[in-house]
Amino acid sequence: MAATTYIGRSTSRVDGRAKVTGEAKYAAEFNTPGLTYGYVISSDIAKGKITKIDASDALSLPGVLQVFTHENAPRPAYFDRKFKDDDSPVGDKFKPLYSAEIQFSMQPIGLVVADSFEVARYAASLVKVEYKAETPETNLRQKPKGHKAPTGKTGFTPPKSRGNAAKAYKNAEVQFEAEYFHMPEHHNPMEMFASTVIVEEDGKLKIYDKTQGVANSQKYITKIFGLSKEEARVINPFMGGGFGSGLRPQYQLYLAVMAARELNRSVRVVLTRQQMFSFGHRPATLQTVSLGATKDGMLQAIKHEALGETSRFEEYTEVVVNWAGMLYHCDNVELGYYLRNLDTYTPLDMRAPGSVTGIAAFETAIDELSYKVGIDPLELRLKNYAEKNEFEGKPFSSKELRACYAQGAAKFGWAKRPAQPRSMREGTKLIGWGVATGMWDAQQQKSAAKANLSVDGKLVVGSSTSDIGTGTYTAMTMIAAETLGLPLDAVTFKLGDTTLPVAPLEGGSWTVASVGSAVKEACEAVAKKVFSMAKDVKDSPLSGASFDEVEFVDGKVQLKGDYSSGVSIVEAMRAGEVNFIEEETTTMPNMLKQMQYARNTHSAVFVEVEVDEDLGQICVRRVVSAIAGGRVISPKTARSQILGGVVWGISMALEEESVLDHHFGRFMNHNLAEYHVAVNADIHNIDVIFVEEHDDIVNPLGAKGLGEIGIVGVAAAIGNAIYHATGKRVRELPITLDKLL
Amino acid sequence: MNSFSYTRAQAVETAAREVSTNHTAKFIAGGTNLLDLMKENVERPTRLVDLTRLPLNQIEDTDKGLRLGALATNANTAYDERVEERYPLLSKAILAGASAQLRNMATDGGNLFQRTRCYYFYDLATPCNKREPGSGCSAITGYNRVCGILGTSESCIATHPSDMCVALAALKATVNVTGATGERTVEFADFHRLPGNEPERDNNLKPDEIVTSIDLPADGERFAKNFTYLKLRDRASYAFALVSVAAALDMDGDTIKEARVALGGVAHKPWRKAEAEDLLKGQAATKVNFERVAASLLEGAKGYGSNTFKIELAKRAIVRALTMAANGQH
Repeated sequence: MAATTYIGRSTSRVDGRAKVTGEAKYAAEFNTPGLTYGYVISSDIAKGKITKIDASDALSLPGVLQVFTHENAPRPAYFDRKFKDDDSPVGDKFKPLYSAEIQFSMQPIGLVVADSFEVARYAASLVKVEYKAETPETNLRQKPKGHKAPTGKTGFTPPKSRGNAAKAYKNAEVQFEAEYFHMPEHHNPMEMFASTVIVEEDGKLKIYDKTQGVANSQKYITKIFGLSKEEARVINPFMGGGFGSGLRPQYQLYLAVMAARELNRSVRVVLTRQQMFSFGHRPATLQTVSLGATKDGMLQAIKHEALGETSRFEEYTEVVVNWAGMLYHCDNVELGYYLRNLDTYTPLDMRAPGSVTGIAAFETAIDELSYKVGIDPLELRLKNYAEKNEFEGKPFSSKELRACYAQGAAKFGWAKRPAQPRSMREGTKLIGWGVATGMWDAQQQKSAAKANLSVDGKLVVGSSTSDIGTGTYTAMTMIAAETLGLPLDAVTFKLGDTTLPVAPLEGGSWTVASVGSAVKEACEAVAKKVFSMAKDVKDSPLSGASFDEVEFVDGKVQLKGDYSSGVSIVEAMRAGEVNFIEEETTTMPNMLKQMQYARNTHSAVFVEVEVDEDLGQICVRRVVSAIAGGRVISPKTARSQILGGVVWGISMALEEESVLDHHFGRFMNHNLAEYHVAVNADIHNIDVIFVEEHDDIVNPLGAKGLGEIGIVGVAAAIGNAIYHATGKRVRELPITLDKLL
Repeated sequence: MNSFSYTRAQAVETAAREVSTNHTAKFIAGGTNLLDLMKENVERPTRLVDLTRLPLNQIEDTDKGLRLGALATNANTAYDERVEERYPLLSKAILAGASAQLRNMATDGGNLFQRTRCYYFYDLATPCNKREPGSGCSAITGYNRVCGILGTSESCIATHPSDMCVALAALKATVNVTGATGERTVEFADFHRLPGNEPERDNNLKPDEIVTSIDLPADGERFAKNFTYLKLRDRASYAFALVSVAAALDMDGDTIKEARVALGGVAHKPWRKAEAEDLLKGQAATKVNFERVAASLLEGAKGYGSNTFKIELAKRAIVRALTMAANGQH
């Protein structure tokens, strides 16, 4: 193996050192002389009107430059379309400080700008606000009725039914039906949302923004404020977690730009942890699953309906129920998805949106059916294995889920599982084993990249994508280095800057597939130029060769497998009399080919829990997650992605909920002391298995994306294990100890 | 957070005097709770009197037992060999709370002054009688998972969040305080108070009184063998107790000579009841006996919706904790 083969080999993060030494800078850490500080004032009420707002005390404080409210703030754009972004659902857009109307609790209603953060924060507490409050509606379950989500413009695919599920259910030998619910959750990345807007001498804006897509933030700002791209450069080299929360520009960006333009000063706005609960969240859903089966466990009918929440002004949709039509073979499937408008902010995609909650309910129902028919839950899944995607009526581009089940079960020791609940115990602890399946999309988007190889053998590759902590820097460096046969430290990958070629939003687990393919193509374009120059070297051993016959290894281009035939890159470029070679490419997915197939990742999750018989305390002792995710580019960061997904799955199953007080329409546990996420002490053994999965349809790299699949299925597997341990079925997440008393 | 002035106290007496003459001044030690409250505008002192330079951080033997200086950190206390050996219940309770970083900052005296973690107390957008007397209690009809079930009042159902204090209550510690008018000693049971119609008052101290030390009585060493601190919470670390039980037994063979049981997470103060403990005097360590104690301790308990489960949970936790203590399981 050549020293410059990286794909599939464990590589430490190329940005690891910068991160642990603090050299890596985040949006709120960029400074400039004369920087001012904005502090957001949040609404106390969820619905109603501001009747009076008095900022005089705040304004009289030394160091306060301005207090912006709906009474004095500019309204730079009128039309909703100006406020649209690449991830916004259909509907009216929220426009900060445009009116006295309050549409959700903690709505930003003012921005204090001062010459220090401390003064801005203090001044914000002096602004007196009076409201005329109305009764908010925030309880999804109070009136469990909804309307169908609009289709078309949103990219939302309405769930399609097939066969006659009602009839098949009625006639089925075994019937099972249950209702499932989970609370809303918030993303809570460690890094708070922040924008530092630097007004440069020529009046142009340099904007450091926490975002999963600098191009999206730039588009948003330039449309609203009528700026050219040159006038608003957006930069975001590092991100302290996103999980989907950065798919839409958040209001601190708008407020910081607005204030910078009004005051002609550089402004930074950072949200507080409490304010991190004031925008998008994973919506609560209320779901019903009905399953009809033969006595020996063959699925005859599937019905899956979900009611999700959205705001009053936008129609947020997610794919909750469609998975029920794809996971198993079944001729009669009826799916329904409804929305109810509540007085909260619009929900927002959060790691595996829709899938993680829909599959949590559906895979619990499948487990419940397994006890009804008396068949091992893993065997029941294998019995009803879907050979093709019956929702879309297409074959899978690849699907190694059987291998996930087999390898996961072997590693876990599933064969030794006693069928009866409550049959394993250690003292006061009841032990249980559970399994669930996971499924997510394998997508590729249009993406551009640029590669610049200089005569000293250094390669700089760039694309405007983000690294939200997933390891994009590392994976792209590996792909580029391998394509041109260079050592890793000769390659610099740049991202998060709107001056770089445009990449899609960093989401949907598509970054490696999309940006990786673009990086590969750009580097290949450079390689072709190097090759043609190498042919022109005096007495070149490559003179008669075609590009397909050569490879790039250890800084050289050579005939495949023939180390003696190598011409070094430096030598070739000298011969070509160039100091650098630069190529920019835009890579499109091969839609014609891809459209013929369903493209998905799959997983099988095995869990062991212990539950205290009297006290209900739950501990997830072991998890084995077996993943079919195509080709693994960067094994180390890929494993971290799955580990992180499993940890979050544990957190989702047992701890996470954003609790609304419906009287105030307000999330009450809006801090990290009371919004519980899993801590180290909650996490025990986690095994990750990547099964072999070859796929030359999904994209040229064969990689399917691993950012989201790791969390899917975990909550159901845990709930199923808890049932096996205790004989008690909990159909509401999170499963806290009181639900087991 | 408002702007405030800051001074370092040079002596206990002068610090007490300074606060007694300025009602908007506050003492600060580790600051692990006060600074959070200031950031959220729940506390708005105009002046902070920093006690941390006072010579009160020693842990020393006295003729009464072991004395914990008010400024000894929670970490140094929990890992002090004398505490570990003679009052292991206290070590265990301290280590069940907060995080290593917080325990390094938090002081023993300050721990007594922790304020409630009731969601509404922290959120200025909602009424709260403890934060703003007379504004109303949002928790009674709202989300009250962390709130109390015992000794609550119509104006407040908040709980005291400390783990350390639950052990101190079980051990019958005493608290030495110095105020502008002199020194006095307070029984631990009288230190904190129930909310009644003055929920803004967490304890029975005067504003100018400073805790200088906490005495662990010598006879508390009887409980160094059969004890446990059982903390039930929503995650394995860094979460406040839903219910916690400090159980300590002085045993003679299989017979219980004396029992102590204190509950955390259920009331405005660590919850103890002498009659309940007396039920075990001279009795055998049996489940039935423990259930009687649980029933007695939970007598009059009232749930408010999302915390009603705590009544049953507390009963089970008491039985479990006493069983563990009797078996020498910590």
